[in-house]
Amino acid sequence: MVMADQAQKTSYIGQAWLVILLALCFGTALAFVHTTLGPRIAENKRNETYSVIPVLVPGADRDMIEELIVQGRGGRDVRVYKAFSADSIHQGWVIPAEGQGFADRIELLIGQDAGLSTITGMYVLAQKETPGLGDDIRGEEFRDLFRGKPADRPLVLVKTVPRQENEIRALTGATISSESVTDIINSAIENLRDVLRAHSGRGPTPQR
Amino acid sequence: MQDQPTALERFINGILPENPVYRQLLGMCPTLAVTNGMEPAMTMAGATAFVLISANIIVSLIRGLLKPHLRILVFTLTIATFVTITDRFLAAYMYEMSKQLGPYVPLIIVNCLIISRAEICASKQSLGVAVADGVGMSLGFALALASIATVREILGSGTWFSLPVLGSGWPGWGIMVLPPGAFLTLGLLLGGAEWFGARRARRALTVGK
Repeated sequence: MVMADQAQKTSYIGQAWLVILLALCFGTALAFVHTTLGPRIAENKRNETYSVIPVLVPGADRDMIEELIVQGRGGRDVRVYKAFSADSIHQGWVIPAEGQGFADRIELLIGQDAGLSTITGMYVLAQKETPGLGDDIRGEEFRDLFRGKPADRPLVLVKTVPRQENEIRALTGATISSESVTDIINSAIENLRDVLRAHSGRGPTPQR
Repeated sequence: MQDQPTALERFINGILPENPVYRQLLGMCPTLAVTNGMEPAMTMAGATAFVLISANIIVSLIRGLLKPHLRILVFTLTIATFVTITDRFLAAYMYEMSKQLGPYVPLIIVNCLIISRAEICASKQSLGVAVADGVGMSLGFALALASIATVREILGSGTWFSLPVLGSGWPGWGIMVLPPGAFLTLGLLLGGAEWFGARRARRALTVGK
């Protein structure tokens, strides 16, 4: 019995050695590509973030943004953006957030007012949802649903006309993508609420 | 092996006689989805060419080691690696285009054109033939995307590679840059290609008699 098992194992390796070897080689190649191109991709996303902050936080000036590394509830470091007007008045926050969508990870930017009571905007930084259905989360029509919603209680996804202030109507044919976005926003806001409140009173020291 | 096409035949076949879009109807997803402008269409053509030629090279090099029942797994692994490299490259150096193409770059993995060339040619023929096949098919695919994108962008936006060609008076047929425009253009061009092919075949028969 033992010998038979051993022979089967040997046979598996004999059959699959090329697949294993290729997986190792390709994995190494992809790790190299990720290490080489990762910083550049991150810089591209950062530039895009700076360009949309004035849209996400009304009154914010692109040259008056302070980057902060804060610790969320889970103890993980998160980079957040504190947005000021040209005359150095704190206008609000932009927090990056990500989570699992229907097809792949969804990366979002969430704008909040200075008092952390209202969502002032939402922007989809990266997504690979189903074309023509889930990828409508990028559209202005869906993103506008979040503007003005309360940030002090969780958003709730509904499939009918919203009746409560904190309800968001799901996209037709893309309920999972809509739900993912809502969940990502709820978790990110909850995760950072206390720590951002602690940083709210401090003055601007723009880093860019 | 003697009846296998030569490198030159593979190269020429890929461009027109066995054109992946007009003759084999492969790669319909990017053909319909990214041909609303020449820039996304040519970026997709370039990305597909890189993946196709690279996959053909690897598969041809290891063709003697392939186990028949594991070959599809090896093809997919190889194609997925090159697609990921392409996706990361576009995100690093062509960020706006990468966002515009969105999930269609990762979807190159399931483009039947690539796995079919690995199965039909690269896993059976030498490196030189596999490269010629990859280049020929890539040119054929680029030609097909360019023809559809040219019609759609010019009629839909009055531009070609974002350069104005029909003047500011052109109203822009919005339907041409939307999905129905892709189906209409592809259908008409396919019909045209079939008609042209049938006419040539009839002429050849007449001359033969």
